[in-house]
Amino acid sequence: MRATCWEGAKHIKVESVPDPKILNSNDAIVRITSTAICGSDLHLFNGFMPTMEHGDILGHEFMGEVVEVGRGVKKLKVGDRVVVPFPIACGACWSCQNGLTSLCENSNPNAWIAEKMMGHSPAGVFGYSHMLGGFAGGQAEFARVPFADVGPLKVPSDIPDEKALFLSDIFPTGYMGAEMCGIKPGDTIAVWGCGPVGQFAIASARLLGAETVIAIDRFPYRLRIAREKAAADVTINYEETNVLEALKELTGGRGPDGCIDAVGLEAHAPGLQGFYDRAKQSMRLESDRIPALRQAIMACRNGGTVSIIGVYSGFDDKFPLGSVMNRSLTIRTGQCHVHRYMKPLLKHIQNGDIDPSFVITHKMQLEDAPVGYDIFNHKEDECLKVIMRP
Amino acid sequence: MGIEIQREMGNGTQAPVRSKGRQNRVRARVGAEASVKEAPRHYTETYGKEKDALTSFLGWFSVGLGAAELLAPDLVARVIGVDEEENRGLLRAFGVRELIAGVGILTRPRPTYWVWNRVIGDTIDLAALARAMQSDDNDRARLTAATTAVLGVTALDVISAISYARGVPPAGGRAGHDEGSYQIPETVDGTQLLSAIITVNKPIEEVYAFWKNPQNFPLFMQNLESVKVSSPSRAHWKVKAPAGLSIEWDAELIQDEPNERIAWKSVGDGEVINTGTVRFRAATGNRGTEVELETQTKPKGGPLGAKIAKFLAAVPKTQMMNDLRRFKQLIEVGEVIKSDASAVPGIHPARPPKYNEMEV
Repeated sequence: MRATCWEGAKHIKVESVPDPKILNSNDAIVRITSTAICGSDLHLFNGFMPTMEHGDILGHEFMGEVVEVGRGVKKLKVGDRVVVPFPIACGACWSCQNGLTSLCENSNPNAWIAEKMMGHSPAGVFGYSHMLGGFAGGQAEFARVPFADVGPLKVPSDIPDEKALFLSDIFPTGYMGAEMCGIKPGDTIAVWGCGPVGQFAIASARLLGAETVIAIDRFPYRLRIAREKAAADVTINYEETNVLEALKELTGGRGPDGCIDAVGLEAHAPGLQGFYDRAKQSMRLESDRIPALRQAIMACRNGGTVSIIGVYSGFDDKFPLGSVMNRSLTIRTGQCHVHRYMKPLLKHIQNGDIDPSFVITHKMQLEDAPVGYDIFNHKEDECLKVIMRP
Repeated sequence: MGIEIQREMGNGTQAPVRSKGRQNRVRARVGAEASVKEAPRHYTETYGKEKDALTSFLGWFSVGLGAAELLAPDLVARVIGVDEEENRGLLRAFGVRELIAGVGILTRPRPTYWVWNRVIGDTIDLAALARAMQSDDNDRARLTAATTAVLGVTALDVISAISYARGVPPAGGRAGHDEGSYQIPETVDGTQLLSAIITVNKPIEEVYAFWKNPQNFPLFMQNLESVKVSSPSRAHWKVKAPAGLSIEWDAELIQDEPNERIAWKSVGDGEVINTGTVRFRAATGNRGTEVELETQTKPKGGPLGAKIAKFLAAVPKTQMMNDLRRFKQLIEVGEVIKSDASAVPGIHPARPPKYNEMEV
């Protein structure tokens, strides 16, 4: 089959690789009909995620048709149309049974590597480094899906791929980011980053009843989509305005009740701070650049919640813990426990509360994946979300 | 600790040996009454951070000589009376060796290895000097002086090395040995200890039943080739060793307390005594069962025994932990989970393996 492979930093190649096969009895093989490039794939693309190997197949947002099932699979049948959550979860361990599927205790065969870097291991993830399992990803013609009875969600035939695909990651991730803010009537929520996850965080804050939603980015086209499609009330371009001042003015000086970081480890910042972080990260003196997170913390109302859904990898510098501690902030974070959000969010889609396809700006063939990565990485051609068809 | 191991193995009701961490946990479980009966086992640093005068001298001597040989090999060559051009590379290499040994001696709390390393280095130096002595081009008087100096240092190195090997720091050491203090067991009689712990989301009865059958062990213990059960309390174990070899022994069930503890101990005339203990405890608040695996390998005294013990213990804790993780997968999910990369031995990219790459 053809698959999108990581061949080193900034080097993506579509290659011919062996077809996937059943390796465990609970596996299914899915023929992929739609797949997407995630913002977090750009961290792999830019070489900021450790434990990648040349030839790794990328991609953790995909859906398709079941073409083969292992002998242990009971619920899923050949021919079912499914969307697959990005964390791999067994459904049997304590974490899975308590809804924390991105912390599945059994799905990462390389848990020992993650343990060395993070103390304990999270779940395995499709196409996202060897530290998270060494599972082949879904930017390919076929994918092997472990625990087929636990993860994949059957998609009703009247829901097209474009609407269902993002249940695999970015819609639930944005939703969890908003949910972690514990939104109450009258709350103002600010979202840093208007990439696809940020857009869904904005839209989800709306779905969850936020009074005011403020979106922060530097690309006018992304801020426009935030206003027009994701229904943000106000947008702030951080290259033009002092964000902290603007947020104070917009919230009567209190600061937003919930601040969502949908940016992650490659955050940009104007001026000296941005230069400082870029220099340190390029010299590997810090693993993550965190100016957006710093700002989200500083902006947050006393006693408010900072919700982190942008991906961070390691050890960070100049983290304003004094602000967090002295002002009783709550930090909530996590890789999304996608499994628990898929059904309720599918309902929202079916009810017409939201059409997730609003983030799509580019549709391509799988063979064009290198172009897709490139324009998404450089935000060229007003790129917000690339989906691909094998 | 060596004595304690013997004592505990003798009385039969105790676990064969306990690590310090386990001790604290067990105490928490059995309560105050049992804990007052136990000997105190607090750990104190047996050797102070500051070295005795002799060891410090040898460390700094190594660093000084090493730096001189590395940075000014020509000067050193002139001092000992050999040709500068010919010996520059050799002296630099010796310099690197000296520097490494010096840093090792100065930074390790108990630099036995590095002091012995110096003794070996001295031997090499002496051999090189003897060889240089045979050439007419070299200055014999200077070489003799150099040889005498090296012999003197060698004597000091040997004194230091022997006293470390005996477990006592050389005279002048600041910290002494405290009989009552906990010592890491393998430093005493070559006994190697390993332990790891995991929590599984299954009731204790089910977990105990799984471990009751040693034939289950090769399913998740990577180095274990096979276990053949000959009677309810006897089994034959076969462990993979390098170069396609294997190590085998017969083991006997020495403890079996349902839902509490199972322990095996090797019997017969092998070079080592292997003991494996697995303990079970219900995790609090319906979190399943905590399973702790502990192995102890005690050489019987022969040189081969110590080697085997070392090999078995070279299985790092990570691997024992990985074994326990596979056990967890087996009991919670029913099989060991493979990824595209982990299905293939060695390093493999995260892409579907070819059939001929996969483990059978």
